[in-house]
Amino acid sequence: MNGEADTTRWDASTPVTVDLRLSVNRDEYPITVDTRETLLDTLRERLDLTGAKKGCDHGQCGACTVLVDGRRVKSCLTLTVTLDDREITTVEGLADGDAPHPLQTAFVDHDAFQCGYCTPGQLCSAVGMLAEAAAGWPSVVTPDMSAAPRLDDDEIRERMSGNLCRCGAYVNIVAAIGEVAR
Amino acid sequence: MRPFAYRRATDARAAVAALSEQPNAMYLGGGTNLVDLMRLGVIAPEALVDVTRVASDTVEETAGGGLLIGAGVRNSDLAAHPVVRRRYPMLAQAVLSGASGQIRNMATVGGNLLQRTRCSYFQDVSKPCNKRQPGSGCPAVEGDHRNLAIIGHSAACVATHPSDMAVALAALGTSVHVEGRHGARQVTMPGLHRLPGGEPDRDTVLDPGDLITAVELPALPFAARSRYRKVRDRASFAFAVVSVAAALDVAGGVVRDCRIAFGGLAHVPWRAELAEEALRGSPATEAEFARAADAELARARPLPENGFKVPLTRNVLVRTLTELAETP
Repeated sequence: MNGEADTTRWDASTPVTVDLRLSVNRDEYPITVDTRETLLDTLRERLDLTGAKKGCDHGQCGACTVLVDGRRVKSCLTLTVTLDDREITTVEGLADGDAPHPLQTAFVDHDAFQCGYCTPGQLCSAVGMLAEAAAGWPSVVTPDMSAAPRLDDDEIRERMSGNLCRCGAYVNIVAAIGEVAR
Repeated sequence: MRPFAYRRATDARAAVAALSEQPNAMYLGGGTNLVDLMRLGVIAPEALVDVTRVASDTVEETAGGGLLIGAGVRNSDLAAHPVVRRRYPMLAQAVLSGASGQIRNMATVGGNLLQRTRCSYFQDVSKPCNKRQPGSGCPAVEGDHRNLAIIGHSAACVATHPSDMAVALAALGTSVHVEGRHGARQVTMPGLHRLPGGEPDRDTVLDPGDLITAVELPALPFAARSRYRKVRDRASFAFAVVSVAAALDVAGGVVRDCRIAFGGLAHVPWRAELAEEALRGSPATEAEFARAADAELARARPLPENGFKVPLTRNVLVRTLTELAETP
């Protein structure tokens, strides 16, 4: 954000805009955003990064999941104006050049999707989830809260419960993530 | 969504001052509930004061043996904290029972306490709701109230408080640190939230402009033997139908002390003081646990469609206490 940018003026009809610099997939984007803009809309409508999908737009389906400073979040509930010094990673940024991310390869190998609409969110969520588990974070199904978790299928299901798949590819999604986790 | 101004506060006093200057301004934490409510048209603030960078994202041990948790601590960091997991397992379990991994990464401790009810009438601006629009009526009383309150509700409002974390904090007797227009003060849970009475639009005892800066857990060694159990309509990512936070101190087969609170039953995280009183000094047996549950639930006044919550709550409490009593 531009230092002391005056964003305090308000009247009922005029949009309030803020200039900021967004960092997405290690690219810098100087951009002027409406304070009402969510990260999901900025990515899709302004930056032409349409990997993150709009499903419910209420934080319930997970199709919009991206990583902010390496943590998975719902981009439909994140106001872009809050993100000026954060590093954002979308599904477009997961691959290493032409080499897909191991989770992307595993999703293909395990046929972990049908229509594919939820897949970008599933992938970003899984990347964040594996980092959480590697950091020793428990889940509510972890048998011993004080011990490091072991990522069995129950753990994967619980930790991925913020991502819905209306095609019902869950069995293969769990298998794909499990292969990378173990 | 209506246009709004955005400001970022760097300390609590500046945040409180910023809110005082702007009519109809609100604090922005993780935004997981607020942004959704703005999109639904339930609230339309003229300004948001972002308090996520107010220096309060730390968890510190206190001189008295408790834990001081900054209001900006993300739910996921709270649940993963080694001291929380070891000394207050029911708090870690409660937080991990709520929402999803993505939401917990965003949601703050302060925002979690101040989230609004998920009563469908409150969230639907085409319907009357005394909480959203005082005096407009409560369609839930004769409408869809299967998952609404059975205790402490009023004719004006039968909503429930949605937080899991708050249930554990209420059971622990957590002290909520508040910065307000007249300085700093503390409010002890369960006293932060209020029953609806005739003013269901007021969820808490906080005044306009008050900012939660931290929550302080008391030293409570027996909370190392505690547990949060949540019953919901699906296995994960759903609000509680009924939940129980309980800590049990048993010596020689007798309950020396205990802490019990319920979620999903009331407009507040419901501290079960009558059940606690009934249990202290009693044998740690299933029969006594059931007696304690009945002592509390005698006050329940279920609605036509949610009477099932009374026996469900009783069973969940008895099961949870029995497991705790059997834990070495």
